[in-house]
Amino acid sequence: MLEVSNLTVRYGTETALDGANLSVADRSIHVLMGPSGSGKSTMLRAIAGLEHPDSGDITWNGESVLGVPTHRRGFGLMFQDYALFPHRSVAGNVAFGLRMQRLNARTVRERVEAVLELVGLPGYGDRSVGTLSGGERQRVALARTLAPGPRLVLLDEPLGALDRSLREHLLVEMRSIFTRVAATVLYVTHDREEAFTIADRVAIIRDGRIVADDTPEGLWRRPPDAWIARFMGLENLCTVSGLARLGLRPPSVESTAGVVPPEAITLSPGGERTATVTGSHFRGGAYRIELDIGSDAALVAWSQVGIDAGAEQRFDVASERVRWFAG
Amino acid sequence: MRSRRSLLLLAAIPAAYLAYFYVYPLVTILVTGLFPNGRFATASFVEIATNPTVSSVAWFTLWQAVISTLLTVLLGLPGAYVFARYRFPGRSLLRSLTLVPFVLPTIVVGVAFLAVLGPGGPFGLDLRGTIWAILIAHVFYNLAIVIRGVGVFWEQIDPRIEEAARTLGAGRWRVFREVTLPLLRPAILSSAALVFLFTFTSFGVILVLGDLRHTTLEVEIWRQATAFLRLDLAAALAVLQLVGVTVILLLYGKARNRKAGELPLLPPAEVARAPRGLGEWALVATTLTMLLVIVVTPLAVLIGRSLSTADGIGLSHYANLLNPPRASALFVSPFEAIRNSLGFAIPAVVIAGGIGLLSATVVVSGRGRGGGTFDTMLMLPLGTSAVTIGFGFLVALDRPFDLRSSLLLIPIAHSLVAIPFVVRSTVPVMEAVQHRLREAALVLGATPRQAWREVDLPLVARALAVGALFAFAISIGEFGATSFIVRPSTTTIPIAIFHLLGRPGTFGEAMAMAVVLMAITAIAALGIEAIRGNRSGGV
Repeated sequence: MLEVSNLTVRYGTETALDGANLSVADRSIHVLMGPSGSGKSTMLRAIAGLEHPDSGDITWNGESVLGVPTHRRGFGLMFQDYALFPHRSVAGNVAFGLRMQRLNARTVRERVEAVLELVGLPGYGDRSVGTLSGGERQRVALARTLAPGPRLVLLDEPLGALDRSLREHLLVEMRSIFTRVAATVLYVTHDREEAFTIADRVAIIRDGRIVADDTPEGLWRRPPDAWIARFMGLENLCTVSGLARLGLRPPSVESTAGVVPPEAITLSPGGERTATVTGSHFRGGAYRIELDIGSDAALVAWSQVGIDAGAEQRFDVASERVRWFAG
Repeated sequence: MRSRRSLLLLAAIPAAYLAYFYVYPLVTILVTGLFPNGRFATASFVEIATNPTVSSVAWFTLWQAVISTLLTVLLGLPGAYVFARYRFPGRSLLRSLTLVPFVLPTIVVGVAFLAVLGPGGPFGLDLRGTIWAILIAHVFYNLAIVIRGVGVFWEQIDPRIEEAARTLGAGRWRVFREVTLPLLRPAILSSAALVFLFTFTSFGVILVLGDLRHTTLEVEIWRQATAFLRLDLAAALAVLQLVGVTVILLLYGKARNRKAGELPLLPPAEVARAPRGLGEWALVATTLTMLLVIVVTPLAVLIGRSLSTADGIGLSHYANLLNPPRASALFVSPFEAIRNSLGFAIPAVVIAGGIGLLSATVVVSGRGRGGGTFDTMLMLPLGTSAVTIGFGFLVALDRPFDLRSSLLLIPIAHSLVAIPFVVRSTVPVMEAVQHRLREAALVLGATPRQAWREVDLPLVARALAVGALFAFAISIGEFGATSFIVRPSTTTIPIAIFHLLGRPGTFGEAMAMAVVLMAITAIAALGIEAIRGNRSGGV
């Protein structure tokens, strides 16, 4: 189990990590999500031993690893741009970590073949890395990271360089590979879909601090604050004054915003409230209806039937399901 | 990232080496030149400054360099244009051929032109000791700088810029004068500055062809120090030359920085095309013929005359190298000189390679932390003339230990000239090795040392081999510095050639020896081209 406590990393006057706390349970896939510049990559690099923290601690099973140099930590790191060795073949890249463990040539060869098989590149060993496609390079990088059997796998935006369809395909595949080898994984991304697809737990980092750590579902249903709700792209995030127009009163004076989950809105002719429909789009299975509730505030609701834009629509809100935020 | 402390430790070795073998001798020269009797002696300085030899030598050095540079640029520009803009059969071969003179040792160039323009030459004229011989040899030697330096830039200028000017009503000549020439100006200026630097500090060519009737500062430093034993005068001349070289280097740096001006550059392949029409073909053919004549004539005549003996074509000049008929007249046999040269080249390559690699590592991993300053410092020996380095050794290296009789002195001098070349050929490659790759190796369990050996070294090895071959070629042909510190028993090939030239009746042997030196240098140059050429799959 990895434990990061109060970790601070500064680059000159700039603070990349500011007292971050995180723990990754054994055999779980933990996603670290945050906007660019929030300190995600610094966190991975510090855990790998490529950055030296100014304060705080990183422990593995209770023992600090700060004094352990990178090459003895036994943590694997897959780089965003893969950093494949251009002067070595596919097999040469995958074998590198095994050779560093001084395994005999036969064992190395067998492991390399097995790992290439695992990532779906059997027989690619002799290829030069320069001849590979983007997806193949990604798999080689993954194989190289997994081959030495690291006790923790760190991945820095591993799908960032690939196109969307390939990304979705590889994401599912990676999840099954990690489950099969029972890896402990810390996975960095800025993409919510990617995070929710692969994660057991999702931690959110903002300005060098971990501001949330929960299961994907918990995070989605109970975002701790408005910033996180906005960052995750939660719909129907409105100001208190916007919601007041619908007769929704916050529970305390400190509340500044609230989220109305689309499923808490029921469109019906006998509804208590009224709004103008500004858009109606079929999204496979249901229509996504955009409602204008005045002074630039808008809500999204779902409907089984399409509604013409410009029409007046009556609706109800299940007020107990509105989630309020302070700050 | 390397820690500051280990970086400083790494920098200490090359810094100490350069401080002791480069800076300290240079400072000693300055002190000798400016304070001949331990204090700033106005009287002797005035004497030297008003010495008619000094002023006439300085004046000659300057004007011959100016004219040599103008001629080289004038003759080099058509060559640069033809190679940059046209595709024709044999283009890359001819282009490589024009680069040959540049890699030749100065003494070989001197002997080759003596064979062409000296007594008994094929054209029946004796220009030895005239300015003409010097100018022609300088053009031959430096043409490649203009063809390469300007050509590389020219072949990336979008021809559409010129086409646009033509559609606006400018004729060919006006397009050249008002569009092409201004665009090329930074490249022309920086090439010209280099040519000027080399001709300003010309030694071997002037010594052989000038026949001591014309001497440059470089030759005069050597003559005053070794023949007349006037160390004070030699030091004053060296100071004068250092000032000149510094000015040129500053101008060169300025011209290079100006190159950064934003221009839409194209990959060269898209610019070159086959000549069209009689006019273009005539231009290409005339230019190529001129280049061929300039480049091939001296080399062909040198080889030809080295083979012509009293009894027709034969190898007797070469045989005499192995068995000198007048062995007593020479300090060592030419054969021993060859052995000496190879023997000095090995330690020179090792030292230059080692110090160069260390320096390059410091430059690259110290980027933004003083590495750039270190880089500039490393280039200084390139701008300092070889004679100054040799002279510095002579006046400085008797304290704290007397190294002047050490066998290592010659390889050390050669390494100083070669280190900038090793650094220049390895730094770009080392910078291309991404930091990430080294980190990837560490994460996979490699120790920092293993990471360096497994990642950096294989990627840099090829560039290092190029640097080592440069160092070898430099060591084998080095003349200026060696001429100060050589002893009869340590005579090298260039020194032996010079001795053979100075003796009556051994010109044939001098030419044969020059051909041998040319062949060794050519092999090294071919090796460099081969390693550089097959870069596929590499970095």
